[in-house]
Amino acid sequence: MSTSQTPLVEVRNLVKHFGSVIALNGVSMSVNRNEVLCLLGDNGAGKSTLINTLAGVHKPTSGDFLVEGQPRLFSGPRDALDAGIATVYQDLAMIPLMSVTRNFFMGREPVIGFGPFKRMNMDEADNVTRDEMHKIGIDVRDPQQAVGTLSGGERQCVAIARAVYFGAKVLILDEPTSALGVAQTSMVLKYINQVRAKGLGVIFITHNVRHAYAVGNRFTVLNRGKTLGTYAKNEIGIDELQNLMAGGKELQSLSEELGGTI
Amino acid sequence: MTLANEQNGSVVGPDERLKKVSTLTAILRRPELGAVAGLVLVTIFFFVTANPAMFTLAGVMNFMAPAAQLGILAIGAALLMIGGEFDLSIGSMVAFAGLVFGTALVVWQGPLSVAILVAIAFAVFIGITNAQLTMRTGLPSFIVTLAFLFILRGLTLVGLKWASGGATQLRGMKGAVAGSPLAPLFSGDAFPGLFTWLAEAGIIDTFPNGTPRVPGIPVEILWFVAIALLATWILLRTRFGNWIFASGGDPRAARKSGVPVARVKTTLFVVTALCATLVAILTVLDAGSTDARRGFQKEFEAIIAAVIGGCLLTGGYGSAIGAFFGSIVFGMVLIGLTYTSIDQDWYLVFLGGMLLTAVVFNNVIRKRVTGER
Ligand SMILES: Nc1ncnc2c1ncn2[C@@H]1O[C@H](COP(=O)(O)OP(=O)(O)O)[C@@H](O)[C@H]1O
Ligand SMILES: [Mg+2]
Repeated sequence: MSTSQTPLVEVRNLVKHFGSVIALNGVSMSVNRNEVLCLLGDNGAGKSTLINTLAGVHKPTSGDFLVEGQPRLFSGPRDALDAGIATVYQDLAMIPLMSVTRNFFMGREPVIGFGPFKRMNMDEADNVTRDEMHKIGIDVRDPQQAVGTLSGGERQCVAIARAVYFGAKVLILDEPTSALGVAQTSMVLKYINQVRAKGLGVIFITHNVRHAYAVGNRFTVLNRGKTLGTYAKNEIGIDELQNLMAGGKELQSLSEELGGTI
Repeated sequence: MTLANEQNGSVVGPDERLKKVSTLTAILRRPELGAVAGLVLVTIFFFVTANPAMFTLAGVMNFMAPAAQLGILAIGAALLMIGGEFDLSIGSMVAFAGLVFGTALVVWQGPLSVAILVAIAFAVFIGITNAQLTMRTGLPSFIVTLAFLFILRGLTLVGLKWASGGATQLRGMKGAVAGSPLAPLFSGDAFPGLFTWLAEAGIIDTFPNGTPRVPGIPVEILWFVAIALLATWILLRTRFGNWIFASGGDPRAARKSGVPVARVKTTLFVVTALCATLVAILTVLDAGSTDARRGFQKEFEAIIAAVIGGCLLTGGYGSAIGAFFGSIVFGMVLIGLTYTSIDQDWYLVFLGGMLLTAVVFNNVIRKRVTGER
C-alpha cells in the first residue's frame, strides 16, 4: 500500500472522556482508499468509542480529525453519512418495532413527488431491501415484517447490507460477524473485499484473528485507549497478531493450559 | 369457520394457505385493529340499547362533535406518543390558548386573523419550551409536561382575571368575529346550501317549516377528518413519518442512523400544542366565551383515545387513524348513554375499563407482531 496518498479518514492523538472515564487517551489511525484497516484490541480497549467518534455519534474531547485531509467536526451521525461514512454499529442501531425496509432506509429514505406531496417511495425501498438482503444471502420473506421478528444474525445482516448500500467512501464495521453463521460470515468477508476493490476504505473490528488476517491490509492495535502500533500485513505474522490482539498478553501459556484449543 | 378455512386451504394447496395467513398477519399487524373492533362493539351495543334517534343524521352529528374536539387533541397526542413522548399539558394548553385568543380578540380588539396568529405563536413557543426542557434535562416528558399542566392552568386563571377585570370568564367573541371572512372556517356548519338542497329534495329530515334538522356539518368534524387523514398519510407515507417511528422506537439507534431526533420531537411537541390551540379556537368561537376550566382533563382522554387507537406507552408504535376511531368511541359512549336508560356516570367506568382493555390488548399484539421474546 502506498503511504503517500491522502487518507480518507485520519485521526491523530484523539482523546475522548466520558465525565471522569477516559475511554480514548491519544489514538492515531488512518484508512486509505482501497484498504481494509483492522482495528484490534481487547474488550474495553476503546474500539467502539473510536468508531463512534468517526461516525459522528461522539464529539472528540481533543485531537485532530481529518476527512480527506480536511479537518472536520461532525455535528452528528447524519453529517458523517452525508460525508460518505457508513457504519455497522456493535449494537446494530436497528429498531425492532419497525419493518425491515423502514430500518434499512431509516434516515436515508428515498422520496418521490414534489413540494408538500413528497413521499417515501415504498415500492422502491422494498425492492432494494429485498435485493440487498438477497445479495448477502438472506431471503427476506416479507420486507414489511418487523425487525424484531428476525434472528440476531439476520438483524446483523440487515445492518451490514444497509451500511454497504449507503457507504460511499468509508465503511466501518464494529464486530459485524459476532452473531453470524459460517456461510454469512464468509459472505461478509467477501463483501469487505468487494467494497475495498471498489475503492472504499474499510475499518473492520473483529476478535477473530483469522478473519482479520484474511481481509486486512493493515492492523492497528488499541490497548487501554491508546494505539499500541500499526502494522502492514507483510510486517507481521498471524501468531504475533494474535498476541497483539489480546493486548500484548502472552497467549501461549493459556493456550497450552487449555490443551492447545485456542 | 376456522375449520372450514383450514379444509379449503388444504384442498387448494400450500401456497394458497401461506397467502391467507399473511393477509391475516397483515391485518393483525395494523395498530388500529383494536380501535376498529372497539368501535364495532360500541356501535352494536348502542344499536341494541339506545333510542334509534341516536343513529339518525342529527344523532350522529351530536356525538361526532365532541368526538371531533377530543380527536383533534388525540391525533396530536398519538403522533407525539409514537415519537416517544407524552404531553400532559394539552388540556391546560386548550384553556391557555383560549385565553390568548380571547384576549387578542376582545381586549386588544384585533381582527380574527391576528388573534389566530397570536395564538399560534404562543403555541409554537410553548411546544418548543416543552421539547427543549425535556431534551436538555433528559427528564421524562411526563414530568416536564405535568409541570406545565399546572403552570398553564394557573397562568390561565391569573390571565383571565386580569383580562376580564376579576372574573374567570371572558365573553364577547361572537360579536368580535362577526363578519370576518375567516370565521366560517372555525365556527358554524359547513355546506349549508347542500343540506338545504337535500332537505328540499326530501333526502334528509326537516323541521315542520321545511328547514333541515341538520343545517350542515359542524366545521370541527371536517377539521377532525382532515387532520386524521393528513396525520395518517404523514405517518405511513412520508420520510418524516419514518422519523417519528424511529425516534420513538429507539432514539439512540435513530440518531445513529441519521435521523434528526431532536428536530422530530420538537416538531411533534409544537404540533400537539397547535392541536390544542385549534380546539381552543373552535370551542371559544362556538361558545362565544372562554373560561378557566376549558380542556380540563382532556390530556388524559386524549392519551386514552390514542392508546385505544393502538399507541404503545413506550413509543415507536401506533396509528393516527386509530386515535381517530378511538375518539369516535369516546364521543359515542359519552353522548350515546343519554339515548339509553343507563346512568350517565357509567361513562367514567367505561373510560377506565376501555383503557385497561386497550393496554392489555396492545401488549399482546405487540409481542405477537414483533416476535418480542
Ligand atoms: N458512553 C460511555 N460512558 C462512559 N464510559 C464509556 C462510554 N462508552 C464507553 N465507555 C468506556 O470506555 C471504554 C471503552 O469502551 P469501548 O469503546 O466500548 O470498548 P471496546 O469496543 O474496545 O470493547 C470502556 O471502559 C467503557 O466502559
Ligand atoms: Mg466494542
